[in-house]
Amino acid sequence: MIHTDILIIGAGPTGLFTVFEAGLLKLKCHLIDALPQPGGQCSEIYPKKPIYDIPAYPEILAGDLTNKLMEQIKQFQPGFTLGERADTIIKQDDGTFIVTTNKGTKHHAPVVAIAGGLGSFEPRKPLISNLIEFEDKGVEYIIRDPEIYRNKKIVISGGGDSALDWSIFLSNIASEVTLVHRRNEFRGALDSVDKVQELKNLGKINLITPAEVKGVLGSDKVTGVVIEKKGEEAFILDVDHFIPLFGLSPKLGPIANWGVEIEKNAIKVNNSLDYQTTIPGVYAIGDVNTYPGKLKLILCGFHEATLMCQSAYKRIFPNKKYVMKYTTVGGVNGFDGTRKEAPKAVVKAIE
Amino acid sequence: MQDVNIKITDRNRVVHAVIAPTDMAMNLMEVVRSYELAEEGTIGVCGGMAMCASCQCYIKSEHELVAINDDEDAMLAEAFHVQDNSRLGCQIQMTPELEGLEIELAPEV
Repeated sequence: MIHTDILIIGAGPTGLFTVFEAGLLKLKCHLIDALPQPGGQCSEIYPKKPIYDIPAYPEILAGDLTNKLMEQIKQFQPGFTLGERADTIIKQDDGTFIVTTNKGTKHHAPVVAIAGGLGSFEPRKPLISNLIEFEDKGVEYIIRDPEIYRNKKIVISGGGDSALDWSIFLSNIASEVTLVHRRNEFRGALDSVDKVQELKNLGKINLITPAEVKGVLGSDKVTGVVIEKKGEEAFILDVDHFIPLFGLSPKLGPIANWGVEIEKNAIKVNNSLDYQTTIPGVYAIGDVNTYPGKLKLILCGFHEATLMCQSAYKRIFPNKKYVMKYTTVGGVNGFDGTRKEAPKAVVKAIE
Repeated sequence: MQDVNIKITDRNRVVHAVIAPTDMAMNLMEVVRSYELAEEGTIGVCGGMAMCASCQCYIKSEHELVAINDDEDAMLAEAFHVQDNSRLGCQIQMTPELEGLEIELAPEV
């Protein structure tokens, strides 16, 4: 069981900044995210795209924003449960919560902050009728352990970076790698495209374009796929694994069943006070929430996180007096023993 | 600047006749969202960067549209339910030439 003060669901910009604001109040945070890295959409969908409306940054790349936030919260030593999706929440008799992930990791906290954006990222699955029957029986949408492909025949479909990069990587592990894409053009980094070209010329990657995997064959596990090349008759390719890599798309998912009020695929919150949901102690901040006048902007998420932390503090320490302190005055005291503070003015006599 | 009349068939096959401004730098995906013709969170997921295909639509009228750029082309190559008349709504800016445009939203994926 992981214990913390504020359990944050979602490690996007809003979730990350919450760690900072909580840290100023000496509250510890732990974050859960379905993606294997922090940053949410900023690192998963558009890390190389510039953002122009972060105050004081005329321009910042989404990936850099994530890095800066990680640097800003470092001294508050947040914990991370990455690559796992928060599935259930159970309120305890003492008003605290236990949140369990799809992998069974349990987290215990007096306050839960849902900063889940548009939801958890789920793989986009190609439209093959019996595909689901073969999940984890030779069909994988995410490569977790490359070793399972050792000396196996695999087919990868997709035209982006992950399809290219995994084809390259697995060409040294699998006995046969086939890459299928609907176009002759790929969208990956130039290096990756060149490398696949080189491996194709060497006969280490079997490239089939423009083509699509149209069917999966097998009884209890994958034994082959049906490939249709444009303008040609479909054929069967014997393989042990089919790995469709068509990116990820966010789905609100299990949070919708947590008992919070949902409107327009978002969680209704009290915006006049503290962004609390209909469950006391459970807050929703950033793109995941909705209220009259809501704007899904990173900068609005930062504001919501700040107010929410003040409310969380009062909930955890109902009888403790506290006033908000400016960081310029109070400095930043890290949980790691570091201290950042404004340099003292030196007074010197003028002769 | 003038408004244009467009017809949008939603994902439940309901046809909506809507008026779209051409002077607000809006694209087709944003027009659909402004009229709430698709559930929030199921359209314009990436915000309009041609990176998610959640705003894919089929062009039903004979309008000459802005050419497909590399980003849109690559995204359509990885999207599902793609037809010859598929476009990403976020890449189609509303202009006076689009008067009478008819489109249908592709299924949610």
